[in-house]
Formats: sequence, C-alpha cells, structure tokens
Amino acid sequence: MSTFSLSDAPAGGIARSSGLADKLREVAPGIAAALAWAAFGAACLVREDVGDWSRTTDLAIAAFVIAGLVLVVSVAAAQLGRVGSALRKRSPWLLALGVFFSLWELASAKFAWLPLPFFPPPQAIIEVYTDDLPKLLDSVVASIKLQLGGYVIGAAIGFVTGVSIGWSTRIGYWVHPVLRFIGPVPATAWLPIAFFTFPTSWSASTFLIALATGFPVTVLTWSGVASVPTAYYDVARTLGARPWFLVLKVAIPAALPHVFVGLFMGLGASFAVLVIAEMIGVKAGLGWYLQWAQGWAAYANMYAALLVMSLLCSGAITLLFKTRDRVLVWQKGVVKW
Amino acid sequence: MVAAAEVARAQVPGAAIDIAHVDHAFDIDGAELKVLDDVSLIVEPGEFVALLGPSGCGKSTLLRLIAGLDKPRSGTLREDEVGIRGPHPSRVVVFQDPTLFPWRTVWDNVALGLEAQGILKKQRHRVDAALDLVGLTDFKNAYPHQLSGGMAQRVALARALVNDPKVLVLDEPLGKLDSLTRIAMQAELVALWQRKGFTTLLVTHDVEEALVLANRVIVLSDRPARIKADIVVDRPYPRHRGDPHLADLRRQILGLLGLEATW
Repeated sequence: MSTFSLSDAPAGGIARSSGLADKLREVAPGIAAALAWAAFGAACLVREDVGDWSRTTDLAIAAFVIAGLVLVVSVAAAQLGRVGSALRKRSPWLLALGVFFSLWELASAKFAWLPLPFFPPPQAIIEVYTDDLPKLLDSVVASIKLQLGGYVIGAAIGFVTGVSIGWSTRIGYWVHPVLRFIGPVPATAWLPIAFFTFPTSWSASTFLIALATGFPVTVLTWSGVASVPTAYYDVARTLGARPWFLVLKVAIPAALPHVFVGLFMGLGASFAVLVIAEMIGVKAGLGWYLQWAQGWAAYANMYAALLVMSLLCSGAITLLFKTRDRVLVWQKGVVKW
Repeated sequence: MVAAAEVARAQVPGAAIDIAHVDHAFDIDGAELKVLDDVSLIVEPGEFVALLGPSGCGKSTLLRLIAGLDKPRSGTLREDEVGIRGPHPSRVVVFQDPTLFPWRTVWDNVALGLEAQGILKKQRHRVDAALDLVGLTDFKNAYPHQLSGGMAQRVALARALVNDPKVLVLDEPLGKLDSLTRIAMQAELVALWQRKGFTTLLVTHDVEEALVLANRVIVLSDRPARIKADIVVDRPYPRHRGDPHLADLRRQILGLLGLEATW
C-alpha cells in the first residue's frame, strides 16, 4: 500500500504544478502539423502555376480544410476520445507530409525546379483522380478480379498439393520432382507460352498468377506438414483418431503457421506477375493503365495509378495478416504488419 | 450389444494386460539394437504396476507396444484376452511431455479423444467432468502456452481420463515437474486410480515414486530390458515416504539396479 502512495504522490504533484506546460507540449505537434498543411495551401496560391493545371485552387482549399481540422482535433483531443488520440499519435507524420507536399508544390508547379513533365505537381495527380476516374476504376476492378481469381486458385491448389506431398510419400514421389523442376522457374518465363496456349489472355494471366502463388504455398505447406512432431500423431492415435482425423485435425492446424508464410510469399510473387501480364497481354488493369499512360507521356496518370496500386497491394497484405492473426490467435508473439 | 458392452465395462473398469515372450529391436544405421529380451508380464485388472529401470533400458518401448503404437518383433500382447493390434482409446497414454495441441484451448484438447471417436456432440458433459476431475475448469478457455508445466500435465491427464480408459499408460508423466508439483500430482494420481479403478502402468526411473504409487514394482535390467524382479508393495494408501517397509524395499531395488553403494 505504501509503495503505491509513494509513487503516486510526486507524479500528481508534477502534473498540477506544470499543467499548462504539459498541455502545450501535448498539442504542439498537432499545431505544427496544422501549420505545415496551411503552408501547403499557401504554397498552392503563392504565385501562378508554371503549367496549365485546373485543380490548383481546389487543392489549396482542401489543404486549408485539412489544416483547420488538424488544428481543431488536436486542441480538443481530450474531448474527442479515440479520434483525438489517434490524431495525436499521427501528428509527426502529418507534419512531415505537410512539409513534403509544400516543398513538392513549390519545386514543381511554382518554380519548376523538378523537370516537367516527368515530375508533375500534386494538383496534376488530383486532376487524374477527378477527371480520369472511370477509367482508373475500371482498371482497379479488372486488376482485382484477375489477381483474386489467380491467387485463390493458386493458393487452393498449392495448399492441397502441399498437404498431399507432406502426408503421403507415394504422392510425394511423383509430385516432388515436378515441383523441383518447374517451381523455381519465375512464372513470368512462361508468359510467351501461356499467351499462345491459352484461349484468352485473361485465362493465361490467371494461370500465371496461380503458378506464382502456388509454388511458395505448396513448398511451405509441405514443409509445415512434414515438420509436425510425431508425438502429436501418437497422442491422437492413442485417443482413437483415424487417418483423416490426423490430416484434418492434426497435420493441417499444426502446419498453418507455415502455410501463412507461403500465402504471404505467394502474394508478393503474384503481384509481380499480375502487373507484367497486364502490361504485356491483358488490355485492362492497373498494369495496362501504367503502360498506356507511359505511351501518352501522361506522367501524372502513372503516379496516380502507382499510388492506387501500392494502396491495393498493401491492403491485400494487411487483409492476409489480419486473417492470420485471427486464425493463429493461439500463437505467441506473431509479427504485426 | 453395445449396451451390454457398456454394462460390462462399468462393472470391471480395469482390463488385464498379458505380455508374453516379447522381443523388440530397432534398426539403427543397419545395426540391430535389441531393446526388449523375452519380457513376460501379467497385469491383473485394476492393478497399479510401476516399471522401473535405468534410463534408456527400453521401458518406454514396452509402453509403446502396450499402447499399440508399435508392433513387437516377436511375442504377444493382449488386453483382456484380445490381441493388441493398434492404438485404442481403451488404452490411453500420458507422455512425459504433455504434448497438448497448441492451437486448441484446454477444453478442446481434453475433447480430442471424444471428437476423434465421433461421440463429442452427445457427450460434451464428459469433457467438463474430466476438467473438473483435475481441477482446471477455470482454465478451459486458456491456450496451452498460457499454462504452467503442472497444469499442462493435468490437462494431458484429463485428456486421457475423458475416454474412461481401462488401462492408463503413464510414460514418466511427472518426470519434468518440479518436486512440489510432483508430490501433489502423485497423490492426485493415486486418488484418481482408486476412484476409477482402471489398470495403471507407470514407467519411471524414480524408485520412491514407484514405491509410493504402485501395487507392484517391476525392475528391469539394462538394455536389452529383461525383468529382474517383480516386487509386491503391500502397503495401504495413502503411503508415507518415511515408512520403514518402503525404505527396505527401496534399498533392495537400488541394489538390483547396482546402486547399493549410494544408499
């Protein structure tokens, strides 16, 4: 009891004596972030653009609105609960972004220190999102459809193959050499063959994405199943488990941590195949959009599409990790994405 | 027919184990390593038999044969006059490591046997009863990594007992526990055995543990294991570690193991 009161008393005393200084220290990063965004807005209006961009004023207004919101939320953080603390945690990043955007605006649109048209200003990219939205959205949908189809097929086949060769030496005898022979070849190397053997470029790309996903998923599922301690099987067998129970309720759950590593690696590999397949064969999707934008020297469109692509890929990986955290809740200390 | 079998099981909880002329060997790098040499042993229903021997002598191998996890090179093993051909939930093993499945909660671990036999849906109460028996009802939703060593071994015990085994096969189940937990769990084991009446086979290399727990102590030789002595421990439970009769037996057994000088 006495230890608690000892440690509590001085802390309370300090808080009371320097309450104002503490308050200032707490809101300072938020105010700085608001100032940086206001500076960004001012940078948009400081002089005429060197080029012809239509969204400069809109961007300036948006920057001022963000600055105002950041200011209000960070000053009233205590009253706003979760929103307030979330913003407070991100204030340093908001500050850095505001500074970055201000410099970018000045270096591109206002003084052209960065060579145009290779480095378009922020308003040019905003313009893509507002004016070329339908085409961009179509590309996003096409990419997601292609990626999802190929990934799901590849992951499913890889998982079943991995479990089979990890479990049955007879299946392993036949599949293992094929896997060793074909697996390490980059899936993109199959591109020319796939595009003339498959009826459509879409099915060819699905096949390639499935191939890129399937290899790591197979290998890691297999190693996961193969590394299940035999003691687990002994325990289950003495309790009356039959072979199917051993596969479904012992081998697969025990192998799941490995399977998720395979799914993660497969996702990375399949993104690469997706973009290349879209650039070369499929006439849709973000990869194709990038290629098309480059053909027209529409550099702002390229940056805009790249940004969307990075959001999608990062989102896919976040989704995978969230799923893993739910499924593998029994594990200690899993890596947080 | 099933009902009749249930009744028969209820009347005689323990099964007899008949081990006749069992030889066993392992192949290690082409060389044959003999581990069991003409082992014959009859365990009466409901007996508590300890198998005592130096480490690596083949005690655990004998248990794996009784559990049906391995098949002997020669000789026969029978449970109630029926040949042992493979594992069966009437003979459940508790291993030295608890080997709980880390992806299952305590409750789901205990439910494993009933689930494997496809009778869990109708008999969920048996899982609750088994957890209650080992005093872990409050931990039923915990995952194995959250348990202490003693708690994990209790869960392993509950996982075995939920099947109402006729024979409980214990492979040094207390070997890795600290000495206080160990003494507490020895008492719990005796209480469970007396209450349930199953036949118990305990492998251990702890002479005192064997004497405190068992009706009979079988002393095995160095590898390949042969039966050196079959000692009846005719003392009432609960036994006291300081009982002079047990001390005599202990001296006798240590002598058989070639360790009388240390006494």
